[in-house]
Order: sequence, then structure tokens, then C-alpha cells
Amino acid sequence: MTRLAVARKASREAYKTLFGARAGAMRAMSAEAAPNPDTVPVTVNGQEVHVPKGVTVLYACEQAGVDVPRFCYHHKLSIAGNCRMCLVEVEKSPKPVASCAMPVMPGMNIKTTTDLVKKAREGVMEFLLINHPLDCPICDQGGECELQDQSYIFGSDRSRFTEYKRAVEDKELGPLVKTVMTRCIHCTRCVRFSTEIAGVQDMGITGRGNQAEVGTYISKLLASELSGNVIDLCPVGALTSKPFAFTARSWELEGTPSIDVTDGLGSNIRVDTRGNEVMRIVPRANEEVNEEWISDKARFSYDALKRQRLDRPMVRGSDGKLQETSWEFALDYVAEKLKATEPDAIRAVAGKLCDAESMISLKDMMNKLGASHTTPEGMANVSADVRSSYLFNSNLVGVEDADYVLLIGTNPRTEAPVLNVRLRRAVIAGGATVTSVGPNADLSYPSTHLGDTTATLEEITSGKHAVCEAIKAANNPMVIVGSELLRRADSKILLKKIHAMCDELGVVKGDWNGFNVLHDAGGTVGALDIGFVPGTSASNDVPAKLVYSLGAEEFDAPAGAFIVYQGHHGAQGASKADVILPGAAYTEKTGTYVNTEGRAQVAVASMGPVGQAKEDWRILRALSEFAGVPLPYNTHEQVHRRLAEVAPHFAKLNEVEATLWMNGATYAHEKARKADASIPFKSSVENFFMTDVISKTSATMAKCTEARNEMNA
Amino acid sequence: MPRARALARALARAVDATARVALDGASMRATCARTMTKPNDARAVATARTRARAYSVGQMVHRDVPEDNSTMTWTFEASVRPKVDAILRRYPSNYKRSAMIPLLDLAQQQNKGHLTLAMMNHIADVLEVAPIRVYEVATFYSMFNRQKMGKLHVMVCGTTPCMLRGSREIEKALEEWMGVKKFETTACGTFTLGEMECMGCCVNAPMIAVADYRNGVEGYSYNYYEDLTPQTAVKVCEALKAGKSPRVGSQIRDKAEPIKGLTTLTGDPSGPFSRDLDQIKADVDAAAAAAAAAAAAEKK
Ligand code: SF4
Ligand code: FES
Ligand code: FES
Repeated sequence: MTRLAVARKASREAYKTLFGARAGAMRAMSAEAAPNPDTVPVTVNGQEVHVPKGVTVLYACEQAGVDVPRFCYHHKLSIAGNCRMCLVEVEKSPKPVASCAMPVMPGMNIKTTTDLVKKAREGVMEFLLINHPLDCPICDQGGECELQDQSYIFGSDRSRFTEYKRAVEDKELGPLVKTVMTRCIHCTRCVRFSTEIAGVQDMGITGRGNQAEVGTYISKLLASELSGNVIDLCPVGALTSKPFAFTARSWELEGTPSIDVTDGLGSNIRVDTRGNEVMRIVPRANEEVNEEWISDKARFSYDALKRQRLDRPMVRGSDGKLQETSWEFALDYVAEKLKATEPDAIRAVAGKLCDAESMISLKDMMNKLGASHTTPEGMANVSADVRSSYLFNSNLVGVEDADYVLLIGTNPRTEAPVLNVRLRRAVIAGGATVTSVGPNADLSYPSTHLGDTTATLEEITSGKHAVCEAIKAANNPMVIVGSELLRRADSKILLKKIHAMCDELGVVKGDWNGFNVLHDAGGTVGALDIGFVPGTSASNDVPAKLVYSLGAEEFDAPAGAFIVYQGHHGAQGASKADVILPGAAYTEKTGTYVNTEGRAQVAVASMGPVGQAKEDWRILRALSEFAGVPLPYNTHEQVHRRLAEVAPHFAKLNEVEATLWMNGATYAHEKARKADASIPFKSSVENFFMTDVISKTSATMAKCTEARNEMNA
Repeated sequence: MPRARALARALARAVDATARVALDGASMRATCARTMTKPNDARAVATARTRARAYSVGQMVHRDVPEDNSTMTWTFEASVRPKVDAILRRYPSNYKRSAMIPLLDLAQQQNKGHLTLAMMNHIADVLEVAPIRVYEVATFYSMFNRQKMGKLHVMVCGTTPCMLRGSREIEKALEEWMGVKKFETTACGTFTLGEMECMGCCVNAPMIAVADYRNGVEGYSYNYYEDLTPQTAVKVCEALKAGKSPRVGSQIRDKAEPIKGLTTLTGDPSGPFSRDLDQIKADVDAAAAAAAAAAAAEKK
């Protein structure tokens, strides 16, 4: 046999094992599926499967456990059917059919392992490679490239194309997405993503035939908070990550499942590290939370994990400057201060990005010291008594059932871009109406701005506004309250009115609870869940003498108060501190975060803390020992058990527990004060790219801010 | 020179030429295409840029230039508005975008033969679609020009039937007469010489089409001149330049009948002719009446 023939045979074998064998494994499963009037029987490679009516041939193949190669098809996007890689043979059909676009017919006999199919796929691959530069050695997609993988199976090892390859000019899409457009295979996934999911119609295909190019025609950056997702979608190396460019090869990276903390959704992410360095962050699929998307802030602010880090304990010397010190000294120093300060004068503030473990440790220690003045950053007067009063009760998936959405003081596009995708779907596909009392922003779908004053809100809550009828008439009306509203001094009285309105207008009825609070950071709900709020005995009568900031940047501290800052970045909070205890960022510790709908999820540490920094709960555990009030847990499991003791849902990870709606009783005891009419409702996020200490430190986010400002100028 | 060496040289030259123009991203692709076919033609590089501009499908991205940039605005003239409205009325309001091609065409007529960014943006506004959706269409069709055109756009059909019947000679003759190369505009701005693919007139090949932008939307014409020879092609253009109206269609025969007179279907058809519709209608009516009567009887 010639070398070529040997190679061909080998590739055929490989092809059979890859694309034929898994069918066997699935056979047993689908054989049980009883015939159902809504399903149709089809045969895939000789095996019968029952699939719902109207699904595609590709879906049927997947059900049968048969992989079909593809480029343009993506289950979250509309069907384009333009790459032809998914060709399969269907008996009685004269030509191979594009399985991604072809609906199944009863009794269809689908074959994917025949010579015809192999030849069709090889033919498509040959054409795709004609104008592809084959520059894999210098391409960042190398190793995780769909074209590379599939050409490995269907590609010929030499080309019959003797003409010149075309070259396409690269496009400038902004600081996040790097383009090498010669590599593009025109699958249009990026075009469909930006049009359908992100709702910014900037990308398209210009020209035709050999001249066709994907781009924006005019020079324009991708003005979406979700633009980074096109990097994952692009099956080739045409769109890659600019910050990640040439920093690592995909096979050198080790992925750790984690949770994003930059907004309140708790998007599932994978942190890719090499050694002790975060190289990139990519989404993990979780249909109930982030589907397959993450925001640009979640994806690209990781460069800040290497900048301005607090990596050693420090104390402020007599000269007023922070000086390096040992852990022992620092802990001892803080412990002495804690012991010497009267409990009523101690304040503990938990930052927006804190994990529940560190917060429960801090709270337990404070309580043991007799201090009960604990607050989540910026949310001094939020009640944590009833979970339904601060959670996203309808759940994130529930958004898609809503047919009327009233936004109060929130801009979901900047506060939770991935949630905005669902809202957009509710509007575009479900025909929901969106109205807003608060910032007048472009949400990427049609919405009506009602005003931004408390007067407008009061008109609605008192049932006088015109929209009340529409809310009442809706089947699944929904109210989304922004976290900025919870930070207002008059939040309780506003919430009282909103709660009453929810009952009156049927926002909460039967098994539908449409009262939703949208939190804007990963730690806030955890803090409220463990009751990190001022205890009943806490009062502001005694002025603060010692403030313990657990990663909080903004907190009240009277002049002369002793300030302890435990956190990971040297910014606003640390600059005020008398003692700095270096903690770990969210990628460096295993911690539990509760998202805005009350779902507790664990982020696994992908690397150790930098320098001498330590995991936060360990610091607090050590400190409690120094302060003479040792905490009763020594391992992460034990802390987690303690969390579940305080709030049982911590024991049920990744699930959402239904909450109890108190029918307006939550805030009923509030005295009928007047809301502060002088302050308009606004979004808690002014600049999407910079909202917390990590993203504020990130150079990439700074570039994005600059680019966005330039564009808007 | 042994073949291998010659090939290596040609390749080196091509690479060199590509590298030189790669510095200028704007014309890179167009130039590559040209240097591929004629690597040793020094003019290729020099004229590539002007050609890329003149070629209606030249550039698939927009670059701001003083005469066409994102700060400009444009609207349909008042006299054209009724036509715009008439076109829009043809489509249901939720399928407004169906009017995109007719509107682009109208706009191009108003603007003397080419579309600018401002015009596409205006049409996007009118149709309530994102501008990129208009850019996509305008770049897809080669009959939409995005560079300034001559007042008369002469398009020589380049597809096989016309080519076999001598379109290359016609093109050459016109190039000589106009003093420009294909896809270029004459210095006086009267003519742009272009090429088109089959315009469905092969039966009278070879042919040219001429778009006349001299008299705005009202006086716009788009005419075919068929059965050409190099001489008659030049004559047609001469007449057009002089403001005359040369004979439209075939230059030598009436329609598309064989040159030597009819060769078939010379007599009258012998029938049978169409069905007798009146008779059929009467039959149907009678059957309906009978059925109605039967139904009435049954009811009783
Ligand atoms: S850039 Fe990537 S995602 Fe977009 S069309 Fe090209 S190959 Fe597809
Ligand atoms: S995946 Fe079916 S045509 Fe592209
Ligand atoms: S080939 Fe010229 S008109 Fe058809």
C-alpha cells in the first residue's frame, strides 16, 4: 500500500470510531422511549430513535448519539445553513442534505457513516480550506479550533488548489476582540450573535462570493457588553481575545470551575490558569443562570488580578506611612485593638465581592466579641429578615415567561448584561412589554421610559398611573428593582410601597412571584442570607472607633477611628487603613457565592493567593484565636457546614429554594414617611466596565472605558 | 529559462508586489488579485488603487473620505419623494425592508450613479432597519456603485455567449476610443467603462448596457444595445456623447428573429385551440344548479 493509501485508511478508521461508535452506547437508552404522538420515529445509522416533531435531522443524530460536524449551526442562534459541513445522507433524497436545516420526517432513514457522507464532508472541507490561511502555528485558536479538529478528520493532507489565496483586511472591533479576517469561514455565527442575542446590529456580511467579508462596513467597535462571546462562538481563529493574544496555548492551561462575581448573576465561569497565573476566563454553560454567555467584565477584568495586589500585611507607622510587617504582628495588633474597643463602637463592613465563608467568619467573630454592627457595603438599611424581599424571586429563567416588565431604578443592560439577553428574548420572541422608572437607557430592545422620579413611582404604586391597568391585565407581570434603590436612604419606604403594589396589581399571585431585586455584585446576597446586617442591639449612638472592612471600599469611618482593611486590591478602601491584612481574590479561594435569585454556588480556587496573602476565612479564624474568641471551625468543610446551619440553602448548592412571600408584611411596620423626591432613580452602574475593585484596577477595562467614551463623544 | 526558475522569479515578484501594497490596506486585496494574474506588469501596482475605486465591487469596507463620510447627511429630493412613497406603498408596513433595493436604485439615480454612506444611512432610516443591513445589500449587488461614476456607465457583457461573439473586441475598441481601461472613468467624467455578467440578451450577443445618469431620476435610462461590432459599439457611444438617442436594442434586426428571416413557425397554427371556456362555464353552472336542487329536495 502506498503511504497515501495507508493514511486514507487510518483516517477512515478514525472517522468511524469518532462518528459512528457512540451510537452503540446510546442505543439502550433511546430504545426505552415509548412511542408518543408528538414524536416521530427516524432511523440514524440503523438505530431507531423517537424525536419530537419538527426538530432537525441534526437534532435526531444527536439524540442517537451520533456526532455531526458543523460550523455555522449553533443551538442558541438561528439556523443559517450556509457552511454545508453537516451534510448527511437521507435515504431517497437524491443529494446529501444539510442536517442542521432539514426538519425530520417520520420514518426518515439517516446515514452518517456512508462513503457519500464522507466524500461530501471532505469536499466541503476542501473548499473551506481554499481561502483559509492555514496559519495554525501562529493562531491563538490552535488547539481548540473547530476547523482544525474537523480538518484533522475530513481534510486532505495536501491541497489541490494552485491559485492564490485571498486576503481580507482585519477589522477593528475594539480593545477586546482581535480579528484576523483572512481566517474567517463566513459561518455568520458572530453576525447572528450580535444581531439576535446582543441586540446590536453592527455586524454583517458585505460583498459577495469571493469578495464577501464579515465586518461592520464602517469602522465601529462592537458596542455590546457581551462582545467577548463572539470569541467563543467563532469556530476558527478569526475572532480571538485581544488581551489573551499570544500569551498561552490552550493545551497549557488548566481550567477550574468558578463563579463570576462582577455582577449579581453568579455566571458560571472557567478560570484558565497556567502555573500561578490566570490566563483567561471563559463561560461554562448553565442553562438556568448564564446560558452560555458571560459579560465582557467577567471575561476580561482578570488582568487586574496581577495589578495593585496586597500581597503582604502592613501597618501604618508613626510617620503615617504603611509599612510591611509580619502576619503575627499584624494579627496581634488588630486583636489587641479589637479587645480594647468597646463592642458597640466596632463596625464590620463586608465588600461586594466577598464569599459567604469569610463573611460568616467575620460575623461569628464579631458576635463573639459582643459586636453586632455588621453591614454589607452600601446597604446599611436593607432588611434581611425575609428572603423574598431581596431576591430575584421569579428566577432568571422566569424572565422569559414574563409578559410585562417594570424596571425600577435599574438598567439591566449594564447591571447584568446576561440577564438582559433573557429580557430581550422575552420582548422580541415573547412580545413582552418593558417599561422603566429610572435611567432612560438603550436596552437593546424597545422599552418605554416612564420617568425617573419618586413621583412617577408613587403614581404607579398608588394605582393612578396608566400602566397599572396593563400590569393588572398581564399574566406574568414582573417588577425588577435595581440595587441602587436598596442603597437609598429611603429604600424601606419605597420598598414598602412596591411590595404593596405587587400584591395589588397581581405581580405576586398563585405560584408566580414577579417581585425581583437585581443585585449588582457577587457577594451581596450571601451577606444578606447569613444576616450580615446590623443586629437588633446595634445602634449608631456610639460613634465608630474601629472599622473592620472585609474588602469594602466605601464605608463610613469617623476621623480617628482605627481601620482594618482585609482584601486583595490596594485601592480606596486600603488607602484609609491602619492595618492591611492581605486576602485572596475570588479566583484564589474556594468560596460560596449566592446569586441574585438565591442560588448558592461554589467557586473553586484555581490558584493560591499571591505573596503572603491568605484565604480570607483563614485570616479571620487566626485573628479570632489572637483575639481570644476562637471560631469553632478549622476546615473549609466545617465553615460550609456552619453556613448551612445559619441558612439551610447553603447545603443545597446550585439550586434555588422557593421563597415565602409575606404579602406586604415585610415592610408593613415602616412608618409612612415620604420618599426623598429630590433624588432621581438611577442605575447602580454608571460605567459598565468599572464597578468593583477588580474591574477598576483592570487595564483592559480602562481601555474599554476609553474606547466607549471616544465612541460616544 | 528553465520553467522552475521562471516560476520562482514570478513568485518572488508577486510576493514583493504584495508586500509593497500590503502597507496600504485599502487596496491590498484588489492589488493582490491583479498581481496574481500579471505579476510582471509594473502598472498593475500603480493603477491598482484607481481601479479598485472605479470598480463598483471594489472595496467591501467603507473609509471616511472628505466627499463621503459618516458626518454627512442626505435625503431624497422633494421631486423624488412621491416615487419613494409609491415604492413604500407596495409593501406591508412590517415588511418595509422589501423596498430596500428599489430605494437604493432610486437614490443612485438621483446621485448621478453612485451611493454614499449618507445615502445608505438615510435609506436605513426610511426603512427602519440597522444601517448594516443596507450596507450588506448595497455591497452585494454589483449594480450599486459606491464610487463616483461617469455620467454614462457603459457595461460590456463579459459572459460566455457574448464573449464567443466578440465582446472582448468590443471592450478593446471602447477602451481605445475612451482612452481608459476597464473599470476606469474618462478624464472628462463622461464615461465609465464597466463590465457586467450576462444580461439575458445572449440571443443578440454581443451587447452592452448603458446607464444614463445625465438627467437625474426623471430622465434616467438604462438601455441595451445589441448585435454590436466594435465599430457600432463606438458609434453608439459617440451618439450618446453627442446627446443623441441611438437605436435601442438590436442594431441590425427587429427583435431577435434569425438574421436570414424566419425558419420555422412560418404558417398559421392548425389548432386545436384553447378550450371553449364559455361552454365549460355553462357546464359548471348547470352542475351547481342541479346539486342545489338535489340538496333542496333532500331537505324537504
Ligand atoms: S468571524 Fe468567525 S464567527 Fe464570524 S463569520 Fe467568520 S468564522 Fe464565523
Ligand atoms: S451546520 Fe449545517 S450548514 Fe452549517
Ligand atoms: S452573455 Fe451577454 S447577455 Fe448573456
